[in-house]
Amino acid sequence: MALLNRRLGLPLTHLTSAVIQRQFSVTGACRAIQKLTRVRVVDNSTLGNTPYHRPPKCIHVYNKTGVGKVGDKILLAIKGEKKKALIVGHKMPGPTMTPRFDSNNVVLIEDNGNPIGTRIKTPIPYTLRKREGEFSKVLAIARNFV
Amino acid sequence: RASSDGKPPKFQPPPKPVIIDRKTQKEEKRFLSPEFIPPRGRTDPFKYYIERKDMIQRRKVFNIPEFYVGSVLAVTTADPCASDKSKRFVGICIQRGGKGLGATFVLRNVIEEQGVEICYELYSPRIQAIEVLKLEKRLDENLMYLRDALPEYSTFDVNMRPVPRMAHEEIPVNKLQVRMKPKPWSKRWERPKYNIKGIKFELPEHKMKAAQKWSQPWLEFDMLREYDTSKIEEKIRKELSEELEK
Repeated sequence: MALLNRRLGLPLTHLTSAVIQRQFSVTGACRAIQKLTRVRVVDNSTLGNTPYHRPPKCIHVYNKTGVGKVGDKILLAIKGEKKKALIVGHKMPGPTMTPRFDSNNVVLIEDNGNPIGTRIKTPIPYTLRKREGEFSKVLAIARNFV
Repeated sequence: RASSDGKPPKFQPPPKPVIIDRKTQKEEKRFLSPEFIPPRGRTDPFKYYIERKDMIQRRKVFNIPEFYVGSVLAVTTADPCASDKSKRFVGICIQRGGKGLGATFVLRNVIEEQGVEICYELYSPRIQAIEVLKLEKRLDENLMYLRDALPEYSTFDVNMRPVPRMAHEEIPVNKLQVRMKPKPWSKRWERPKYNIKGIKFELPEHKMKAAQKWSQPWLEFDMLREYDTSKIEEKIRKELSEELEK
């Protein structure tokens, strides 16, 4: 089980037993977030945490360039539905003094900016605090800051 | 021993004792931060001289302690968007890069099962304090393989107390061999190019042998790559000691 998890490049505890028999090799996690990157949902919403046979993927980045960094909104395809999300950390090294995470983290969000989950356990970078106006509700549910 | 002549044996003076003065030896090997040593190139040494003056100015105001790759540090930086305007990060130093004023070091820690790395600039005015919680060396100069190792090797308690250390002890070398997550890794650490001694490779024999195919045994004998820094280091040490005494 651990072997398969690593080959697929993500902690996939939500794989059902029927799929474990399949062995396929997959590219490593993308560094900054663009279309078709697999992301990890870090809040405690049911949509983000229920198991599904496909990992959540980004299908659009709301940005002039198609590359999403911390604080950008993206469109996610989860469990056959489209949902907006906010990027809270990526694998790509950013400016010095900013944290670089080991996985591409994302928080599910409504269209008006309200987060769907109620708690975020994983650390969030302090740089999001600068945009207090847009993300105040997301920052309110965050526990740890890095 | 009674000689065959019947005369007493010739007096042989005892061997002279060799006095090794440990204190002077240790002073010679005093730590010189790697960013002071200029890289090999054709730039005017005057540029590095001016940079070193600025670095020494900064060090007079702010204490940058001695640390190595593998020591656990706690860094407090100033940040306008943090509460109390400052934030503290504890982590193990996995890499020290850059020369001169742009010298950086990367700290890694695993918080709430999420690995976080922050690259700090040593001479940045935003840094308020650097505290060495545990001073030690590891078997390698670059610990980037900790990203592919089991997370227990990168977790350090945020409220860790500094480990006390005697002033004249040698810096301990932690000969820990780290266990890795199953492959694929971000880099093929078993290849001889990385020359990593701190991983306990649990790969089958034939894979380790296949990795040796990429070895370049002629590299260590390549004279054009030689860069002897001993004389440069001596000069810089003298400069440093003179400037810091002023």
